[in-house]
Amino acid sequence: MESTILFYLLSAMSVISALFVVFSRSPIYSVLSLIVCFFTIAGHYIMLNAQFLAIIHIIVYAGAIMVLMLFTVMLLNLNQEVSVHKFNLTKLMAVFTGGLLFLVIVASVKSSTLANYQAPAYLNIGNAEDIGMKLFTDYLLPFEISSVLFVSAMISAVLLAKKEIK
Amino acid sequence: MNQLTNRSKVVVHKEMNWIEKLYLPAIFQGLIITIKHLFKKKATLRYPEVTRPFAPVYRGMHVLKRDEQGRENCTACGLCAVSCPAEAITMDAAERKKGEEMLYREEKYAAKYEINMLRCIYCGLCEEACPKDAIYLTDRIVPSDYNRNNFVFGKDVLVEPIDQRIDISKRKKDYSIVN
Amino acid sequence: MEIILFKTILVLVLFLISLGIAAYSTYAERKVAAFLQDRIGPDRAGPFGLLQPIADGVKMFLKEEIIPNHSNRWLFILGPCIFMLTALMTSAVIPWGLPLEFDGTKYALQVADINIGVLYIMGVLSVGVYGIMIGGWASNNKYALLGAIRASSQMISYELAMGMSIISILLISDGSLSLSHIVESQKGMNWNVFYQPLGFLIFLICAFAEANRTPFDLPESESELIGGYHTEYSSMKLGLFLFAEYINMFISSTVISCLYFGGYQFPGLAYLSAHLPANVVSIISIGALFTKVFFFIFFFMWVRWTIPRFRYDQLMRLGWQVLLPLSIANMLITGGVITFFNL
Repeated sequence: MESTILFYLLSAMSVISALFVVFSRSPIYSVLSLIVCFFTIAGHYIMLNAQFLAIIHIIVYAGAIMVLMLFTVMLLNLNQEVSVHKFNLTKLMAVFTGGLLFLVIVASVKSSTLANYQAPAYLNIGNAEDIGMKLFTDYLLPFEISSVLFVSAMISAVLLAKKEIK
Repeated sequence: MNQLTNRSKVVVHKEMNWIEKLYLPAIFQGLIITIKHLFKKKATLRYPEVTRPFAPVYRGMHVLKRDEQGRENCTACGLCAVSCPAEAITMDAAERKKGEEMLYREEKYAAKYEINMLRCIYCGLCEEACPKDAIYLTDRIVPSDYNRNNFVFGKDVLVEPIDQRIDISKRKKDYSIVN
Repeated sequence: MEIILFKTILVLVLFLISLGIAAYSTYAERKVAAFLQDRIGPDRAGPFGLLQPIADGVKMFLKEEIIPNHSNRWLFILGPCIFMLTALMTSAVIPWGLPLEFDGTKYALQVADINIGVLYIMGVLSVGVYGIMIGGWASNNKYALLGAIRASSQMISYELAMGMSIISILLISDGSLSLSHIVESQKGMNWNVFYQPLGFLIFLICAFAEANRTPFDLPESESELIGGYHTEYSSMKLGLFLFAEYINMFISSTVISCLYFGGYQFPGLAYLSAHLPANVVSIISIGALFTKVFFFIFFFMWVRWTIPRFRYDQLMRLGWQVLLPLSIANMLITGGVITFFNL
């Protein structure tokens, strides 16, 4: 019973904060509400008994990536008074891509059936040992490929930073 | 060049070797130095309870002296005011009336005698200029205040009370250059 | 139900201890600074100046509360609150001693023995930056903003090396992320610092950087940035910032003691627990932990009054070009040795 109430509370918070990210005029408030959203999602992870995922989510997303985002927004000093005028073409493209994403989501929700969904019997999905075992046995290839992706991102970042030295 | 102390070190800009580049030995040395100071004698004096000994020639707040019979020495000659490099002293002279012989030693006296303590540089020239042994600088410290006006000390503050004579025996010593 | 009552009491006690130690850390800092500089330090409030923290607290409360006109009011208030909150949250996963026993039931002296204790501390630490960043930005002051930016980039940089050196610890203590397990694996003098001297050094340096202590106190360097991120703060909001920093220092010392110096373990603990009642041993073990913690708090201060501040580029170079590669090498060597010798 408590967990149901908690679930609805967390869900409501995450949805509201996510909406606030989109509709807020000030970029700082957007970033801050995105952080709140990440925390509520971490709360969902904890309710799924996946503490490891939750804390990694907080460390990586809320603790590192969002700090960088906040950093950028603060340095650029994007106040609502000086919000950049957006071109009509940009708006059009944004609507188009957003519509595509929406279409995909609608299609996937429509095609899936929740009637015969069964929760996995194994509940320790979020423990460090189990995640390690899964990553290094069943999902080794995707894991390594994603690390290659990170390496390439790192190299490109270094290249961008070192551009002037030829 | 003559060295003033034996602690001076010649600065050499030589390349550091790799142990020095780690900085850890240097940091460790620094830590040892500071921890040694933990056990050293403290330089602080707990001021109101303990005071630092004053030099006998210390020049603090002025006093206008009285003689043995309790009469004011000052005759308002104005030499102190003339000698004062900071022009901190002003005075008004007045003639001694009949019956005031017990108050003033000379026939002329200072009706008003003011020293602006904010102007005063405590050089002691007034004391040297005084022919009547009337003004002395003592080892008392001028009290602090919130108001500038309160730093103009009049006779009420400067003249020593009859029952609380200010000891100036240290100042009276002859410290002039003997040839 | 009893366990909940016990945990509540434990949380309250921890809260009070954190605040008390933080308060007396300010006093100790001034005393240590004074003694290292051949002075006496505060000695007017109470015997040996022991009431000085209370006087400071009263002063902080009675100061005028100023919120700058062009600041972002809510974020301005939120900043110190977040900083204080995260500082206080960390102590939840630390094992403070052997369990106490009442009526035959054992009560662990740890608020939450979660199996990701170390990661929890890292997570809370990384969230703590938001307090500084939000406070610094909302002040609408360039010095505060510069301080906030310095703080956040510094914390992100040093978190990496810190995490890497923690991984080496996890490798030698059977891969458990639980702090109580890590402490238990260091029985007697079997402390991790003897197996991980390099990791300890890296962790120590990173702890200094994370707690914003000299030589890494660039976010609030008085001589260049006035007061850094808390330039515009006054009254108790400033007090919260300063206080939270001392709590951070206390928690850092505790984490160092737990990870590398055996936490509440000390040689002879096994002998004592065989011969003395459980509660007495428990209290002795708490004392052992706090001895280590106090030593490290003193060490933090000792270093502060010895070493001057880094320049900002030196700080970044140290973090990224020295500590991070060293910690990765340390991790690889540790893993290699464990695999090679089948430890």
